[in-house]
Amino acid sequence: MKKVFERPKSMKKNIFHYCAGCGHSIAHRLIAEVIDELGIRGVLIGVLPAGCAVLAYNYFDVDMIEAQHGRGPATATGIKRALPDRVVFCYQGDGDLAAIGIAESFHAANRGENITVVFINNAVYGMTGGQMAPTSMLGQRTTTSPGGRKSLLDGYPIQVSEVFSLLPGTSYIERCTVNSPASILKAKKAIRKAFQCQIDGRGFSLVEILSPCPTNWKMTPIESCRWIDEVMSKTFPLGVIKDLPEIKKKGDKRHDG
Amino acid sequence: MNKVLMQGNRIIGEAAIRAGCRFYAGYPITPQNEIPEYMAERLPEVEGGVFIQSESEIAAIHMVIGASAAGVRAMTSSSSPGISLKQEGISSLAACELPAVIINMMRGGPGLGNISPSQGDYFQATRGGGHGGYRTIVLGPATVQEMADLTMDAFDLADQYRIPAMILADGMMGQMMEPVVFKEPKPRVYPESLMMRGAGEGKSKIIRGLILDPLEMEEHNWTLDRKYRVIAQSETRHEHYKTEDAELILVAYGTAARIAKGAIKRLREAGLRVGLFRPITLWPFPTNELREFAKKSENFLVFEMSTGQMLEDVRLALQGYARIGFHGRPGGVVPTPIELTNVVMHQYDRKGGVIEQYQ
Amino acid sequence: MMVKTLLSGFGGQGVLMMGHALAHGAMSAGYHVTYLPSYGAEVRGGTANCTIAVSNDEIASPIASEPDHLVVLNTPSLYTFQNRVARGGSLFLNSSIVSVESSRHDCRIYKIPASEIAEKIGNPRTANTIMMGAFLKVTGLVPSDIYLHSMEEVMGSKKKTIVEINRRAFAAGYDYLKESL
Ligand SMILES: Cc1ncc(C[n+]2csc(CCOP(=O)(O)OP(=O)(O)O)c2C)c(N)n1
Repeated sequence: MKKVFERPKSMKKNIFHYCAGCGHSIAHRLIAEVIDELGIRGVLIGVLPAGCAVLAYNYFDVDMIEAQHGRGPATATGIKRALPDRVVFCYQGDGDLAAIGIAESFHAANRGENITVVFINNAVYGMTGGQMAPTSMLGQRTTTSPGGRKSLLDGYPIQVSEVFSLLPGTSYIERCTVNSPASILKAKKAIRKAFQCQIDGRGFSLVEILSPCPTNWKMTPIESCRWIDEVMSKTFPLGVIKDLPEIKKKGDKRHDG
Repeated sequence: MNKVLMQGNRIIGEAAIRAGCRFYAGYPITPQNEIPEYMAERLPEVEGGVFIQSESEIAAIHMVIGASAAGVRAMTSSSSPGISLKQEGISSLAACELPAVIINMMRGGPGLGNISPSQGDYFQATRGGGHGGYRTIVLGPATVQEMADLTMDAFDLADQYRIPAMILADGMMGQMMEPVVFKEPKPRVYPESLMMRGAGEGKSKIIRGLILDPLEMEEHNWTLDRKYRVIAQSETRHEHYKTEDAELILVAYGTAARIAKGAIKRLREAGLRVGLFRPITLWPFPTNELREFAKKSENFLVFEMSTGQMLEDVRLALQGYARIGFHGRPGGVVPTPIELTNVVMHQYDRKGGVIEQYQ
Repeated sequence: MMVKTLLSGFGGQGVLMMGHALAHGAMSAGYHVTYLPSYGAEVRGGTANCTIAVSNDEIASPIASEPDHLVVLNTPSLYTFQNRVARGGSLFLNSSIVSVESSRHDCRIYKIPASEIAEKIGNPRTANTIMMGAFLKVTGLVPSDIYLHSMEEVMGSKKKTIVEINRRAFAAGYDYLKESL
């Protein structure tokens, strides 16, 4: 009999602790599949965030280090600079990347660090219980925006992918989601491309994943998937946001003299 | 008397607002999330109330510096890893002699640690925590009632001495509910001349931490030090419990002191005369008060949810005056009164003396 | 007197509300009381539990290493906590959901088909209140009228229908068990 579906090799045999309908587990699996397909398990180092994914080393069977909240890209920078021939990825939530760690992320991107960031945007702080994130929608009710997010007080949802795409150091940025079989396949392609980008030495790559959080959105998993289509992706449009061609060694504008 | 049953974290929020706190900035971290959540709900309801969810703890403390300079009662809260991030700002508050209240609901550490109750930040809190040599007033509540009272007092003390004041509690104190009666807040005493609100027609002010001339900086250091000595002289607080006839005195603060009280009840039932000395101000530490107890008892046992931090302050107070033992459970373990009871029973005889083999 | 009760179930079954109301009732009845919920990442979307300590005296630790009573609304909670209960203590099981037997033979076991009763009353969400009815009948920890008052205060619901149905649920649980301690 032919096996058509199995656990990726780079995934441990543990049951996810994530809530029902959470997008983290899907993202984990996609990354693991890509690691297998690219055959990079042995040269890979993952950097984990403070956030719901803080225990992801229970699931990934690869080398992983846990960073302080928001400092992942700085930690990843250190690893990659010390070991330029390894593949380094950084897994981050929206609070981690776009709030407390925006400086670290922004500057890692601006330096064009040759790392890959998988950015899980669930529009809330999941782990700490559903507080407002920098990516929360306007009007979105969270435990720290009980009356709904107001631009006047809390600013606007940050479009991390668009902002980062303006930095010359970034090479490949795509926004995806994991709310349907088709979108999951697309997300996997994007993750694969981002890792390939790093392997080819093209610089900073980032995949943003709009990810359902039914527990903190106070929705059913199905409602959450719908909300991504109907609300979230209006503010965070899906698609390839930046895809620079491979660096030509000579005369490339990205190499200042 | 109007008793309410509220969670410790929320009590702190309510007490702060009643004490006139009108500015709060913070960043979510367990186990204190209910403080920002409460403030997000309540502060906009009171006149002039501002709540900001900052992008990091570093940002939060610097926002508090701004609000405090502007003359508003301001507070931030966090738990251990976030408090580490705030140290830069706390040092600035101390340097600029600005009042502010900082809440630390300690969790197990070091590093990212865990989210269980712990007392591992005592050194950080009582030694200033940041760079440059300074002090913060540190209050260690042991009941939810005390969280309310001490939060209010923290604002008064911060204003009176123009100093950051910290509430050092832990995840359990923050999460648990206990009945509380709010006391009447005192009216604020803080001269308008200290508030930075635009010079208008008058002289302009500066608030600064940068003092390039070493002699001038030295003078500033001594000025701060004189202030700290006044505080150390006049603001110590402690509680003692069943110490009149005690042959052995436990020394514990916060959650550990609660547990110690439970153990003392059991020990007394078993015929051991044990009492408790509980520092309420952790800085200034009630050194002289504790030393007085060495006249009554020769034996002291420090009990902390750490590997022994307050222990050093107890040694400074009692070394040469009494025998000092220690029992600690770091890492987020909350020991039971029974455990502590057994520790005492196994190590001390009926006269509170150390059983020989332990000496 | 010092009585520690541990309540446990899935998130969303109203476990924390039930405990909060019990603690509030104990306060209103003039006791010292502490309420301590489980917290943090482990409770998101998963299980919820809380401990209520009631005493005539100051309470040292709000944690129960050996609770006197255990109220469980789902099977995992029974597995997790049954062996903690003090010898001679009591276990209250929502037998509509907890289908397995407790392994404790030195404790009193009370089985209340709370979810079925709730269904009959017309609101499946009142299973927690039914459990509290049975719990207070047996333990008498807080007088019923005080508890009901506290429950309404904690629910904060001004809606007559909700108050009514919970009162009926409480009575149904209270009457389900014949015996009291
Ligand atoms: C310095 C510091 N501050 C706060 C925290 C608490 N904390 C842990 S995870 C988290 C937010 C997680 O949100 P996000 O990055 O969006 O990830 P998610 O949990 O939603 O996956 C916070 C505030 C911490 N660990 N360290």
